[in-house]
Amino acid sequence: MGMKQPKIRSMKYEEFKNNDYLEHMVEELREQGVNVAVSKLDDLINWGRSNSVWSFLLGTSCCAIEFMALGAARYDMARFGFEVTRNSPRQGDVLLVMGTITHRCAPLMKRLYDQLAEPKYVIAVGGCTISGGPFKNSYHVVDGINQIVPVDVYIPGCPPRPEAFYYGLMQLQRKIKLEHFFGGVNRKQPKPEED
Amino acid sequence: MDIKDKILKIVPEVTFTEQGDTVAVVPLASFRKLAEALRHDPEDAMDFMRDIVGMDWGETLGALYYLESTTSNRRITLRTETDNRENPVIPSVCDLWATAQIKEREAHDFFGIIFTGNPDLRRLFLREDWVGYPFRKDYDMKSNPLNMTNEEDDDVAPTYELGSKGELICGKNVVFAPEEFVINMGPQHPSTHGALRMRISLDGETVKRVDPVCGYIHRGIEKMNESLTYPQTLALTDRLDYLSAHQSRHALCMCIEKAAGIEISERAKYIRTIMDELQRIDSHLLYFSCLVLDMGGFTPFFYGFREREMVLDIFEETTGGRLIQNYNMIGGVQADLHPDFQKKVKAFIKHMRGIVHEYHEIFTGNVIVTSRMKGVGVLSREDVISYGATGGTGRASGWSNDVRKHHPYGVYDKVEFKEILRTEGDSFARYMVRMDEIMESLHIIEQLIDNIPEGEYRVKTKPIIRVPEGIYSQSVETSRGEFDVILESHGDKSPYRLHYRSACLPLVHTLDKACRGWKIADLIVIGASIDLVIPDIDR
Repeated sequence: MGMKQPKIRSMKYEEFKNNDYLEHMVEELREQGVNVAVSKLDDLINWGRSNSVWSFLLGTSCCAIEFMALGAARYDMARFGFEVTRNSPRQGDVLLVMGTITHRCAPLMKRLYDQLAEPKYVIAVGGCTISGGPFKNSYHVVDGINQIVPVDVYIPGCPPRPEAFYYGLMQLQRKIKLEHFFGGVNRKQPKPEED
Repeated sequence: MDIKDKILKIVPEVTFTEQGDTVAVVPLASFRKLAEALRHDPEDAMDFMRDIVGMDWGETLGALYYLESTTSNRRITLRTETDNRENPVIPSVCDLWATAQIKEREAHDFFGIIFTGNPDLRRLFLREDWVGYPFRKDYDMKSNPLNMTNEEDDDVAPTYELGSKGELICGKNVVFAPEEFVINMGPQHPSTHGALRMRISLDGETVKRVDPVCGYIHRGIEKMNESLTYPQTLALTDRLDYLSAHQSRHALCMCIEKAAGIEISERAKYIRTIMDELQRIDSHLLYFSCLVLDMGGFTPFFYGFREREMVLDIFEETTGGRLIQNYNMIGGVQADLHPDFQKKVKAFIKHMRGIVHEYHEIFTGNVIVTSRMKGVGVLSREDVISYGATGGTGRASGWSNDVRKHHPYGVYDKVEFKEILRTEGDSFARYMVRMDEIMESLHIIEQLIDNIPEGEYRVKTKPIIRVPEGIYSQSVETSRGEFDVILESHGDKSPYRLHYRSACLPLVHTLDKACRGWKIADLIVIGASIDLVIPDIDR
């Protein structure tokens, strides 16, 4: 039996640069083991989920403008199934953090993340969100949102080009396709500690 | 009468420094008297306050006041110092210029200067529980680690008065009374164009008061500049107002070039001016798209972005960047124009002229648009001047404030163009000013594009740029209004203080004035028509 591969119609599997982490995920899935019927059902659900990713936007600066270009006619993100953007955490699947997160904004971002319904994902867009970017030495900038919330995909750039957005969003789709929906937990987030 | 003689007649103790800009050094005791006299001068009133710049001069704190007259466009800078660091007190001037209210709050937030008489001296950008004042030179950068607790808003603002013996009396000014119905909007809201937060007091659906809460994208760029060399500071200006990236960077480059005595080539000036105007078109097209989107229309959004992509293509070919171009350098521009540049720009001008009627057909004449925008959110000419709301917002209320006209830079003195003025001062006028400015920008580019002189695009500069001691300033007209760079140098390779006059901070301050008495739904349209870019406010 061949290795299970997450297929995306728009881009070949080999053309993605970092397939090893996905293969690692597949291996984990196999070790845990699920029966055939459930895993087929998983595939079906993941096919649906990955092709209608609703993004929940937290656009604080420049990257958000590039995201608007994605929605317009030339780049037209509707082709890939993530054109529905929502501004309420109740309706989103993936938190797109676009722009610098400052000390004042950080508790708010955490709260928005907590309000999102599971299964939820986070994409960090742009140098500022990933590491603080050019503002790393500032007294008021969080250097990397991964200190606050678990991040699934990083899209580097200042701001990233629309093509980079696509690559990042497709990576998320591939990741969703490999998720184990019934039963086990496939999340990075540790269980909240009981106090 | 010369402005210097006039000042000396009012307060004879004033001295003038001439390193860089002319600055009038005013003793603290007579500062308030001079400010009043200049503001109410019958023949040439200094009625436009450009900026208040807080300063830390080691022994003392203080502030620079940038004033301009709207009749003669003469400018003057006042400098005043506090007596000591421990108890820095300056009398407020917010009854003379409305914009001073928020500018003094900013200086209070960063330097801890107490402005006696200011009705609302809360922190502006930083959390209420922030310790210390970050722009002071002795501030410990590690003293405020990331605080993940939720913030509480105070409904009472502190005010300060001086007692009879010179002691400070702290008073309280109620922002929102407990019985008021206050709703929260933002910072995560699609119509605030970024991370702006507003607290809005409502009476039914009618807006009673808007209290903007800034700082959700405050990155401390001005403080960071103090540890960067001059070429390094350039990169951060693009991230201030990302829709005026060229223009803000142009201002900083001109300021450093002026201070360091670098003469740039004519070709570089032409390139910079053309790029500035392309950037203005890009920004106004995005303004159109966002305004439409905020009002619930979707198709015109695609129209705006269709033409905007053409401008971005032109940028990308020459500069390598779409949104943020990093193109201006000290001494010129980073790279020469792409061979196709002129051809593409000319094609774009032709295309834009031929297609702009589509914008007006689908949006401008629409009955919903007219009824939601005409007569809504009116700002009078006196208001915009007092609040310092420059740019299209000011021009829609009949205030001629175009820096390109009154204080020309680049090659704006060589081109012929109209300053778009309207008198209504409502949301619709603000919108129409932007649309007409697109056509005017095309007209400017048309005059320049065939006449770009040959020559080098960048003159060689020394590897380490040092700026002679003094205070320098440079203003440009960005897509949203007047943007100033104010630089104090002590002769080092990095600035002692580099301050930017944000074009949007006065605009967000006018929101309260513009929205009072209108419905909550109108707030969205008024906010969109005023055209805010939040990272520019917070810096």
